[in-house]
Amino acid sequence: MKIPIYTRRRIINAINLTFSVLAMAFGLFWLFWILLTLFDKGLDGISFATFTQMTPSPGDTGGLLNAIAGSLVMVTLATLIGTPVGIMAGTYLAEFGQRGWLAPVTRFVNDILLSAPSIVIGLFVYTVYVAKVGHFSGWAGALALSLIVIPVVVRTTEDMLRLIPNSLREAAIALGAPQWKVVTLVTWRASKVGIMTGILLAVARISGETAPLLFTALNNQFWSADMNRPMANLPVVIFQFAMSPYEYWQELAWAGALLITLSVLGLNVAARIFMRKRDF
Amino acid sequence: MRNHFLLAVITKISLTRLQSGLAKTMPTAHRAAKLNQQRLLDWVFRKATWFFTALVFVLLAALLLSLLIGSWPAIQAFGFDFLFSTQWNPVTEKFGALVPIIGTLVTSLIALSIGIPVSFGIALFLTELSPPWLRRPLGTAIELLAGIPSIIYGMWGLFVFAPFFAKHVQPGMQSTLGEIAGIGFLFEGAVMGIGMLTAGIILAIMVIPFIASVIRDVFEVVPVMLKESAYALGATTWEVIWYVVLPYTKTGVVGGIMLGLGRALGETMAVTFVIGNAHQLHASLFMPGNSIASALANEFTEADGDLYTAALIELGLILFLITFVVLACSKILLLQLKKREGKIS
Repeated sequence: MKIPIYTRRRIINAINLTFSVLAMAFGLFWLFWILLTLFDKGLDGISFATFTQMTPSPGDTGGLLNAIAGSLVMVTLATLIGTPVGIMAGTYLAEFGQRGWLAPVTRFVNDILLSAPSIVIGLFVYTVYVAKVGHFSGWAGALALSLIVIPVVVRTTEDMLRLIPNSLREAAIALGAPQWKVVTLVTWRASKVGIMTGILLAVARISGETAPLLFTALNNQFWSADMNRPMANLPVVIFQFAMSPYEYWQELAWAGALLITLSVLGLNVAARIFMRKRDF
Repeated sequence: MRNHFLLAVITKISLTRLQSGLAKTMPTAHRAAKLNQQRLLDWVFRKATWFFTALVFVLLAALLLSLLIGSWPAIQAFGFDFLFSTQWNPVTEKFGALVPIIGTLVTSLIALSIGIPVSFGIALFLTELSPPWLRRPLGTAIELLAGIPSIIYGMWGLFVFAPFFAKHVQPGMQSTLGEIAGIGFLFEGAVMGIGMLTAGIILAIMVIPFIASVIRDVFEVVPVMLKESAYALGATTWEVIWYVVLPYTKTGVVGGIMLGLGRALGETMAVTFVIGNAHQLHASLFMPGNSIASALANEFTEADGDLYTAALIELGLILFLITFVVLACSKILLLQLKKREGKIS
């Protein structure tokens, strides 16, 4: 039997478009399955004690307080270290780097750092800092995370500054403003929302990072405010507890997983809403 | 909104100008000093941004250098054999990277062979089929998939997906795909749920959002006129995509795939949970294996002995170089697309 060519084309079209719809459903399916599992298993583990007690030893009960606090401290510090560096470098790339070799090379280097495997970043901080000092520490963890923040912020800062129309800069220069005033008072301010979005995305990315913390901050079962000692943090606690044979630990790991996913997805959504407010 | 802002800035600056204009009586020496001060500030600011840019550049150099120095004992001890040896014995201190390298490549290949068609389908749906009001929420949902931390994928993979996979999918695969001569050996062995195939599938879910969003973005740069011309000639939606959109964007699509590959190669936590962490080479995808990143995550903190640590750092160096090459390729491809885009518009 010979199928007429038009029918055949239409059938091929229908088959392939159905495949496309299925692909979309396939993608959404995983998202919902993962989120459903997290809520299902995580909600049981979350209680008041999760936020008020330290991580337990085997057979004991406890919470995730020190891990949450450690994560917050390290993420905050990493953001504080990484953001200024990123913004300054991004500013150079967008505003001053038209001539010379540094800008194109750095742009390329930055893209490499942006997708460098995070475990390699951890390895790097281990060899240059932890191995020299001789012990794992919270500072090393914050440092490793800041190395992930920098390329993200450099990239978004440059992109956002490039969106600012040149007429704006020229207007300021024509009025006699020195260049540093043009950048700080005009272009930075005009792209404030975009740069903030980039920072939010960077924070979202490092809040869930586990690999770079394994060799740097390690973990600490107890409360520690000393940045020079190993520091508890949510991702590594989740990793250790999930791999452990104790049921209570696993339950806590799921609770931590739910917390971390909600905060990361929340940050992502916040960044998106923030971005939409940008008016050009 | 922007005009308001512009107005505010201009008013502010002109006000300061006005004030300085009023102060014409100011001695010239004073004015020159002020000008010099601004010049100095300009210089300081420019140099400061230069300094931080150079810092980013130095960072990469330092990264490479430190990995090289850290792995030097292993490079000296094993030379090129390191790349081709399957041995991994901490007791006799004989190390070879072949097993983790193959594990990394195989899992990434599985991820891509699932991820590419699905991402293509998603991009096609989002650009051509979806009703406009659904586009944004669906696009966001897919991108949220990229936001889920990798450790969550790992936990979910180990505790939820692997048991499900072992119980419902793997036996079925063995009795169908496993019976086909030629590829049957890929599906041999006990069904455990964890292994190379599971790791590959979870990696596929993780790279889908990255590839899909790049493909969607490049699909959107195709001039509407091109597509409409094809439609006007009577082409079906699929034919427009396959013969017009895809050829037009092929470098961009390949660039996006490379980006996904880069992510899959370096993924650590998700793979560590489900790959099984066995330093053995198996033909079957159902068997546990090891990838570079998971070997590092598992063994690095426990490694004693300089040679052991050096061998692990060399693994990291190899991983970095692989992703470096993949990234450079994708950059070059995307650059080509940009050039062509410039020519047409």
